[in-house]
Amino acid sequence: MPSGNVESSVYRVNNHFQAIISMLQSYWASKGCIVLQPYDMEVGAGTLAPYTTLRSLNPNEIWRAVYVQPSRRPTDGRYGENPNRLQRYYQLQVILKPSPLDSQDLYLGSLSAIGLNPILHDIRFVEDDWENLTLGAWGLGWEVWCDGMEISQYTYFQQIGGIDCTPISLEVTYGLERIAMYLQGKDTIFNLDWNGIPTEEGGKTYGDIYKQAELEFSAYNFKYADIDQLLRRFVDCEFACLKLVEVNLPLPAYDQCLKAVHAFNLIDARGIISVNERQAYISRIRKLAKACCEKWVENSTA
Amino acid sequence: MAELLLELFSEEMPASMQVQASNDLKLLLINKLSATRLIFSRADSYVTPRRLTLAIDGLPSRQPNIREERRGPRVGASEKAINGFLTFSGVTLDQCERRNTNNGEFWFATIEKSGQITADLLPQIILSSIQEMPWSKSMRWGTNNFRWIRPLHHILAVFDGRVLKGTLDLGKTELTFTDRTRGHRFLAPNVRVVNSFKEYRTELLNSFVIIEREYRKDIILKDARYLCDSNGLILREDSELLEEVCGLVEWPVPLMGRIDPEFMSMPPEVLIASMRRHQKCFAVNKKNGTLADRFVMVSNMSSEITRNATIVAGNEKVLRARLSDAKFFWEKDRAINLLDRRKALREVQFYSKLGTMADKVERFAILAATTAPMVGANADKAYHAALLAKADLTTSMVNEFPDLQGIIGRYYALDAGEDLHIADAIAEHYYPRGPRDICPTSPISLALSIADKVDTLIGFFIINEIPTGSKDPFALRRTALGIIRIIIENGLRIKLLPLFAKARALIAIVDSVAETDKKLLRFLIDRLKGYLRKNRIPQDLITAVFDSGKEDDLVRLLTRVDVLRDFLSTKDGSKLLFGYRRVFNILRAEEKDYIRQCSASHFVLPELIDFSHLVQTEEINLYNALQTISTKIKVYLSNDDFINATAAAYLLIEPINAFFDRVKVNANDALLRNNRLSLLNAIRKVMDNIANFSLIKTSSSP
Repeated sequence: MPSGNVESSVYRVNNHFQAIISMLQSYWASKGCIVLQPYDMEVGAGTLAPYTTLRSLNPNEIWRAVYVQPSRRPTDGRYGENPNRLQRYYQLQVILKPSPLDSQDLYLGSLSAIGLNPILHDIRFVEDDWENLTLGAWGLGWEVWCDGMEISQYTYFQQIGGIDCTPISLEVTYGLERIAMYLQGKDTIFNLDWNGIPTEEGGKTYGDIYKQAELEFSAYNFKYADIDQLLRRFVDCEFACLKLVEVNLPLPAYDQCLKAVHAFNLIDARGIISVNERQAYISRIRKLAKACCEKWVENSTA
Repeated sequence: MAELLLELFSEEMPASMQVQASNDLKLLLINKLSATRLIFSRADSYVTPRRLTLAIDGLPSRQPNIREERRGPRVGASEKAINGFLTFSGVTLDQCERRNTNNGEFWFATIEKSGQITADLLPQIILSSIQEMPWSKSMRWGTNNFRWIRPLHHILAVFDGRVLKGTLDLGKTELTFTDRTRGHRFLAPNVRVVNSFKEYRTELLNSFVIIEREYRKDIILKDARYLCDSNGLILREDSELLEEVCGLVEWPVPLMGRIDPEFMSMPPEVLIASMRRHQKCFAVNKKNGTLADRFVMVSNMSSEITRNATIVAGNEKVLRARLSDAKFFWEKDRAINLLDRRKALREVQFYSKLGTMADKVERFAILAATTAPMVGANADKAYHAALLAKADLTTSMVNEFPDLQGIIGRYYALDAGEDLHIADAIAEHYYPRGPRDICPTSPISLALSIADKVDTLIGFFIINEIPTGSKDPFALRRTALGIIRIIIENGLRIKLLPLFAKARALIAIVDSVAETDKKLLRFLIDRLKGYLRKNRIPQDLITAVFDSGKEDDLVRLLTRVDVLRDFLSTKDGSKLLFGYRRVFNILRAEEKDYIRQCSASHFVLPELIDFSHLVQTEEINLYNALQTISTKIKVYLSNDDFINATAAAYLLIEPINAFFDRVKVNANDALLRNNRLSLLNAIRKVMDNIANFSLIKTSSSP
């Protein structure tokens, strides 16, 4: 039996938060991705940005993109007290359409680019199929483990908005805070080094920038978000979305759909929805998403 | 004789699907080989996360030749018919033979077909096997429309040392058969060329891939045990986890990590669930059987000190984060009193038509109190325990680890100062959930377990959600089996019908009827038959005893079945059964006759016997014997003395036989005839109190 040799040259790279982002962006840019800026809407995950959802649906277009997406999940708020959970955090999203056959090698290359040399760790692709009921979307794939820690979600989209994806897109989502905690050896998100400069020289930690926001938004999400206003907003957005689909404007319609989703997430965080109502909201949102996706596909194939 | 080596190399397949896929592929291929008349001496399948491999040895280089005889047209048939036959069979008339058959003289052709070359046949066999793989879930990738479990990268197909010629069409692109494979993703990613299975296995072994599942499992177990042993600890073996972990590695290397002592105060179940479910790690015990502050992870990288340390540190860190979450829940949950959590159960649905979990708890607490005296439990305690039993469903801990429902409730109850029996009952009331679970034995647990299950069963039966065929979405069969095991294994004497009626009354649905209780009882009896199959208790005896008075006390039912079985295995038993059948056959013929003649839907013979019309000694003797014996049987049965009741019934056999020897039932005098039929009917009725003997199959008697 052989003995495995470990590459001895451990190279040092900057591992502060913004460096990780820019290294991943340049890596994927070098692999032909366009570098996009975050979509300017409140969304629960990078997947929801039209850069991913709608763009996965055009039948003939090649689409390769990388972007950071601030993601809001009101129910995950912990008033800044939980070291691992935030109501607003960052995902780095890569979308490759059609999915390339060497995608896993490309992905592993991106880990090396941020200083996670696979040969020095135990990297695993562990089954984790993805389904998003509100989007009417599903795909097969994995969560990627590095020494037991989930660092990415890896999904081959099969359907979005109830429509078969042709060709198939690959979505890779990096949990940036988690990866940074691992690379920096930190036990809490708030201690993450944001820019690699000492505090006295104006350097900031994640906590310096966002801890107060976690506290305030947790209070807003759980206590002060105006329920009546949210319920009205949901209905308004729902109406506007369908109206815009009718006049053949799927992009603005999809924005309205995203606004409705966020209103629903806030209503959910206020804890006033029963199980049955929850189901009803989800199916209403799915109807919106489906309408937007269908219109978008219709236009892109026309 | 030659060997076929096939490897389907893909991106990582889900651990849970690998064994099935490996078997499916093998079955498809060997069936196709057989259908193609290609005989082989052995076929072995192998599977790792990235490859499905088959080695089929002893294949011939060509198909065997075949000789086929074909009958043509009659001698002297039209030229057109004969020519047609000759063309179709590829022979000339000279090569045919005239032969006489029973139907006249015919032309016969013998056709020799030489077998095709195996290497020409195999590609199609392989391709169609791949296309027919029955994945329960599959996907497309890139621009292709071909489906596989994950993207398929190459098909290694080598026969007799050479690559087979074949190409799998993926829709847009294609995969051409190759003799190249790759080793471990990180440790030996380069291409390896192989020409035989032996070479393949060795090359992969040198490239950090062990293709044999069993071999990988052995290594995991052996090395994990060794790690534990050298630390004076014992591995908590977990075959389910072992199967899963084996599907996540090509080169297993168990490593040991530590758990921070601060977490060791949590229930061991929580720690184990955290390690196993999220991290796929094995738990470790101390020599005294309690949980140790260590765990075993299984890495997929060859052992190397620095790397091992990195991997262990990473896993420890992740587990720490998981456990601090759990600890946070543990502390947060305990801030709310378990009894107070009942309010939140209104938010937890039991089943839409059967209300919320809070409704269920209210019902089953009353039912538990009703059941308590029957199982030797204190009714107030059972009631109180039931009120707490589902409260943990609202805790963060159960939300995180649903498998721990009940167990978590037990800890929180103890924490709240409840007594141990009540806490145990909270944990145990879900049990037994399956055939392998241990049955609870303590009285309060029994009361809760039965009450909870009866409420569930009667509820779904009332709303007519009854399992059919393979459909049993609410696992009612398993629930029924749970009740059966609890009753039988603890020897509990419970009359089920009144309990069902009580449970039904507690469910506020207006149109529930008593018929539901009987339907549920029959459902339980059917499960009971299945449960007893392993004890070789004949099912017809259960049916026969159950049919006698709808026995709803399962323990008594089984005692009666046992007595009956013992009795029927004796000479006396078969004699009595024979006598009963003579009686029964006459009566049945009579009833059938009547039904046919009068177009009645059913018919019951009269029971009244007129003593003055009993004329022969033998019928008078039978009548007198019946009077005495039926009283005896009734007394014995009311004392649950089934042995003596059966022995008493046996005393009828002499007078019955004498009756049949001397008395003609079918008398000319209608009065005498009817009276004799009534007498036989009375005998049947008395014996039916022991069991409906007519339902006993011949094979049950010796």
